[in-house]
Amino acid sequence: MTSNSSPGAAVYYDTPVRLFSLVAVVYGIVGMLVGVIIAAQLTWPELNLGIPWLSYGRLRPLHTNAVIFAFGGCVLFATAYHVVQRTCQTRLFAPGLAMFTFLGWNLIIVLAVVTLPLGITSGKEYAELEWPIDILIAVVWVAFAVVFFGTIGTRKVRHIYVANWFFGAFIIAVALLHIVNSAAMPVSLTKSYSAYAGVQDAMIQWWYGHNAVGFFLTAGFLGMMYYYIPKQAGRPVYSYRLSIVHFWALIFTYMWAGPHHLHYTALPDWAQSIGMLFSLVLLAPSWGGMINGIMTLSGAWHKLRDDPILKFLIVSLSFYGMSTFEGPMMSIKTVNALSHYTDWTVGHVHSGALGWVGLISMGCLYYLIPRMFGRKEMYSTKAIELHFWIATIGIVLYIAAMWIAGVMQGLMWRAINPDGTLVYTFVESVKATFPFYVIRLLGGLLYLAGMLIMGWNTFMTVKNGKAEEAPIPLVAAHA
Amino acid sequence: MDILYVLIPLSALLVLAILAVFGWAVYHGQFEDLEGEAERILEADGVFVDGDQAVRQAPDEESRSPPFRT
Repeated sequence: MTSNSSPGAAVYYDTPVRLFSLVAVVYGIVGMLVGVIIAAQLTWPELNLGIPWLSYGRLRPLHTNAVIFAFGGCVLFATAYHVVQRTCQTRLFAPGLAMFTFLGWNLIIVLAVVTLPLGITSGKEYAELEWPIDILIAVVWVAFAVVFFGTIGTRKVRHIYVANWFFGAFIIAVALLHIVNSAAMPVSLTKSYSAYAGVQDAMIQWWYGHNAVGFFLTAGFLGMMYYYIPKQAGRPVYSYRLSIVHFWALIFTYMWAGPHHLHYTALPDWAQSIGMLFSLVLLAPSWGGMINGIMTLSGAWHKLRDDPILKFLIVSLSFYGMSTFEGPMMSIKTVNALSHYTDWTVGHVHSGALGWVGLISMGCLYYLIPRMFGRKEMYSTKAIELHFWIATIGIVLYIAAMWIAGVMQGLMWRAINPDGTLVYTFVESVKATFPFYVIRLLGGLLYLAGMLIMGWNTFMTVKNGKAEEAPIPLVAAHA
Repeated sequence: MDILYVLIPLSALLVLAILAVFGWAVYHGQFEDLEGEAERILEADGVFVDGDQAVRQAPDEESRSPPFRT
């Protein structure tokens, strides 16, 4: 009798992993499609067709929520549930609660898709959803924490693998950020007012906003990086010691960087300077982690040539390195004086979002999906290769266009005639940006096309595979 | 800027909490065999466990008995 055919045998609980990874692909397509639509609207504003629900101001939060919380969030749930079970060599704690997080998170996404186009919003960037949905998010998140930390608590391996530290920090930090930032006084079911006012609200908002980038879009995905890159490369991480330093250095310094979003505002100067200082310090742990991930391939670089999944994972780290260099540079007040409010910021965000978060998510899903459906690899490896190149070219077009547009806008806005008047009107800078908006749209279209290829590849993989229960290996006394 | 009187103590408390967890990790042997732990995740699929924890070798892909259908 083998363990995977006996009813009482220990098997991993992978149902939520499967469900989350499949809906992640769907949400990725939807979120990126909305992104392409609003990029087209910025180029040709008539494309909102005069319909309020399709106007830029309502679709933009739908795009950010769909790609960050629906696509990124579902990838994080899937990989956290997968990695924590495999590295702790134990079954998921409270399987019913894990299924509740799946249903709850999807309900939240559906509510977002309904309320945001209707214009129901709290007006806080990346936290637009109104208070009843905020409460639901908090409940689902606590359930996520119970499942995750319960699994850690019932682990069969004494050591807690580094990926779990990153996932754990991500879960705790996001709970704290969400609850503090979303504090509000409801006046009706669909309208509330923030508990904070004026510059206080701005400070809380960017304490939340920056740490959402740091913990939701960085720590969680670094957890994925530390598990899936060694697994896909078949080699241990370059320096496990460095990965531990990376973790503690990152979480000690991240919380203080938020004020760099509020340079030259009503925020006190010293708070702005502290934000800038900690942003510069962050460069060190970020690059330590990037080098650690990339050097995992040290001595086996040839694997990069043949394995498109490794291409996704390693190139995502190069974009992580690029954007974590660019970010601290942009937080310097003199640089920020040029870059802030221009499309350079949009380019910076997307080099992180498309390059780092997007590519690493896709690479991890390409590792995960076939294994969750009883196959060794995706239906088509050629399609993964094609997806990689289309996506990478799309990102390069996108961020190069936004860099040029952003610097140009910054220079045009600050150009002053000898008599002290402005050289350019604002609309002249909008007109000059037009060709770059077209290039950005093209980049976005390519990225979406890559995601559609992934959708087809995933469909064919699942169609030709079947969900199998995986037995839990025994922990050797001294591994 | 009254909000800083909330955010700064909150961040300081958080740093203390992180320090406490770090201390726990150091004194509970989390960092004793780092190379071994890095290798372990690659080996984890090698040995399988029964409900009664008896050790046996992992069956390879082909010789597995019919899996659960879900």
